[in-house]
Amino acid sequence: MANLVMFCILAVVILGAAIVCVTTTRIMRAATFMLFVLFGVAGLYFLLDYTYLGAAQISVYAGGVTMIYVFAIQLVNKRTLQGLTERMKVSRAVWGGLLTVVGCATVILVLLKNKFMYNFGVMPDVEVPMKSIGQALVGSGRYEYVLAFEFISLFLLACIIGSLVVARKEEK
Amino acid sequence: MVPVQCYFVLSALLFFIGVFGFITRRNLIAMLISVELILNAVDINFAAFNRLLFPDSMEGMFMTLFSIGVSAAESAVAIAIIINVYRNFKSDSVDSIKNMKW
Repeated sequence: MANLVMFCILAVVILGAAIVCVTTTRIMRAATFMLFVLFGVAGLYFLLDYTYLGAAQISVYAGGVTMIYVFAIQLVNKRTLQGLTERMKVSRAVWGGLLTVVGCATVILVLLKNKFMYNFGVMPDVEVPMKSIGQALVGSGRYEYVLAFEFISLFLLACIIGSLVVARKEEK
Repeated sequence: MVPVQCYFVLSALLFFIGVFGFITRRNLIAMLISVELILNAVDINFAAFNRLLFPDSMEGMFMTLFSIGVSAAESAVAIAIIINVYRNFKSDSVDSIKNMKW
């Protein structure tokens, strides 16, 4: 019961902040409300007892990615910060809203009509232990992920170097 | 305990809010923020599937973990490209990029 109340609060926060995030015309406000959405999603992970995942979400997304966005907005978007805002065309919003409603109805109908999700068991009310997460992350056996772990570290390094090369000033 | 349908409905709604933002906004950074919303919706789905339907395994959790890492890299590269576009075109709207050459 307490879980359900927590879920409802988190759902209201996530959906409300997401709607404000995509409809506001000021980019800085959009970034701030994206931060609320990210915190709400981290709360959902805590609710699912994935504590490590929630901590990763907060530290990587809410701590890192949002900082990148705020810096980019400060660098790029001087006019928007000074009060001039982005225009939004009404016809495009209407068409986008129509497409969104149709797609959302289709997806929710398909998700709720299928049968396999109704045989879910009772979720064990314990946290996933950190020891098993760590062993699965750097083990090399079956259902263990050392290759993906190494690959993603190399991938992050390549992306950081690539973005430095892209964003550097050309010397004339 | 929360029924599994609630998670799916929530993530579908969040996904399509992101799609709406991606269609209607014309600012590059706002479009990127919408993409982040879409990615978060999918991550919720992975974690909820794993925890509520297959609680003994951890595949969905690791998928979410790697997805968080990949999206951090993706947003870094995209921000670098946006800064470069602003430097060259003096605008951060997608309409300003008429062609991809210098």
